[in-house]
Amino acid sequence: MTRYIIRRLLQAIPLLLVTSIAVFALMQAIPGGPLAAYANDPNISPEDMVRLQEELGMNVPKWQQYLNWLGAILQGDWGTSLLSRRPALTEIGERLPNTLYLSLFAFFGALLISIPIGLVSAVRQYSWFDHLMTTIAFMGHSIPIFWFGLILVVIFNVTIKNPFTGGPLLPGGGMYTIGVPFSLGDRLSHLILPASVLILHNLSSHVRYMRAGMLDVLRQDYIRTAQAKGLTEGAVIMKHGFKNAILPLVTIIGLEIPGLFNGALLAETIFSWPGMGRLFFNAIERSDYAVMMGVLMLSATLIVACGLITDIVYAFLDPRIRYD
Amino acid sequence: MATTTPNIVQADWEALRGRQESMLAMAWRRLQEHKPAMMSLLIVAVVVVGCVCAPLVLGYDPYYAPVELRRQAPSLAHLFGTDELGRDLMMRIWVGGRVSLAIGISAMLISILIGTVIGAVAGFYGGWIDNLLMRFTDFMLTIPTLFILLLAAQLLRSMNVPEISGGPLPIIIVIGALSWMGAARLVRGQFLSLKAKEFVDAARAVGARNNRIMWRHILPNAASPIIVAATLRVSNAIITESTLSFLGFGIQPPMPTWGNMLKNAQSQMASAPWIAIFPGLMIFVTVVAINYIGDGLRDALDPRHVE
Repeated sequence: MTRYIIRRLLQAIPLLLVTSIAVFALMQAIPGGPLAAYANDPNISPEDMVRLQEELGMNVPKWQQYLNWLGAILQGDWGTSLLSRRPALTEIGERLPNTLYLSLFAFFGALLISIPIGLVSAVRQYSWFDHLMTTIAFMGHSIPIFWFGLILVVIFNVTIKNPFTGGPLLPGGGMYTIGVPFSLGDRLSHLILPASVLILHNLSSHVRYMRAGMLDVLRQDYIRTAQAKGLTEGAVIMKHGFKNAILPLVTIIGLEIPGLFNGALLAETIFSWPGMGRLFFNAIERSDYAVMMGVLMLSATLIVACGLITDIVYAFLDPRIRYD
Repeated sequence: MATTTPNIVQADWEALRGRQESMLAMAWRRLQEHKPAMMSLLIVAVVVVGCVCAPLVLGYDPYYAPVELRRQAPSLAHLFGTDELGRDLMMRIWVGGRVSLAIGISAMLISILIGTVIGAVAGFYGGWIDNLLMRFTDFMLTIPTLFILLLAAQLLRSMNVPEISGGPLPIIIVIGALSWMGAARLVRGQFLSLKAKEFVDAARAVGARNNRIMWRHILPNAASPIIVAATLRVSNAIITESTLSFLGFGIQPPMPTWGNMLKNAQSQMASAPWIAIFPGLMIFVTVVAINYIGDGLRDALDPRHVE
């Protein structure tokens, strides 16, 4: 197992190198480069531009610029944000925990809800519960995330009022109420709407895979054997069925990790959540290069790391897989 | 040639052709049994006909903005209400639907085309070509697409070609170029299993070259799953376009699409929630319907389907 993990870690390095080249090339392709924001600024003379280009190391060949950039990134120098004038690393570092807080809450929330639903749907196939849940999963899969967010705000922020205070039932944005001391209730009330959006989105595919996986397992011979030797239905389903049915779900979770970042960007933008996705969105609107490149590289690294974790979890869950 | 063909072979050939046609008929018959898919077909037909014809029939100009009529709640005169500039929302939804549907279909064509070529070449040739193409596909799958979509849309916009920036063309290209990976994997799998079939050997035996075998012999046999994937790609592309336009990186106003109509909705949710509801509802209904059609097609075209 250790050897397998080390091998996968080594394989991740070329993948990340390719990503870094792609990110760098994309940035270079934008006309004007990192100084595009200054190009039409009347306060900046051509001489200043030349000086800025020298400062940013833009007067050497492209491949050398790439190597310099890569070296700096690895040493923790992620450049300075054009907008805040602070180091991009600090800026991103402040936002990352907020994104993880929202995304992980939604991720595990979706798992906790979807696994039992998928399980029951499969065991009671074609019952009213199964029909209802597969329909909801189908709808959840088809609804545009951002519009679902808007609708939740219309319902729970604009229309339904809090019966005690007369204010909105749930806040429509932000991570906490500004100017109010920390309270768990306040934090949670801000979390509900953005997390619901992400949970519904993840839920729909998880339910479908969990149900399909379980249906597949229930048709296997070893289930019939377990039933034949007189095990209770619960034992058959949980001990023999569930453990095997969870595998396809792990695979699909691995494939959906990049999607979590997409979802976070949308939820954060709609609900003014101070996370990495919204930071990226603002950076791209204002051509803030250092932040854009930093977020992209960090997301790519996180995605590769999550993919690795999924593979390891899979290897642990499935004893048929031997990697040595 | 035809005169020397024995009658019995001719008859077999006729029977085969007959069976070929009845397979299409069978797919259609099975699709008709799929109630949600048939309902959806009707809904999509209404949406398409509405988008094409309604702007010609209804009297409102989607760009006419009488400020005194702004933010009117839904009424008989304006069934879906009016937006922040007084434009009739229903009219804009029909006109916007033209753009959204056209982008959905065009982006699907690009993505299926790229995916089919890459998947077919990888599956057919195998070896290092397969390895290279599939590693590239895996790499594309690890990218958080929305981040790159925003970046690419921004890139194309900043190139500042007045004829195309802000219009549909860059969006179509960007969505198509970033969504072919699923199709590539699917087509590769089909080609891997089909290239070992006897009919490929038969084609090779009569002297067909690789290109002909790939596109004339194998591809038609892989058509069913590609058709299903293409259907689902349309709905995905519609959602992606609306997301991009909603974020302000897609089609630029005043040209309406279902996505960019929602762009300003958020700031007016308290005073005019219908601006946020109707365009999104249109996306939702259309996408659900297309996905149900895809679902029905999957069942109808499945050769292992038991009746």
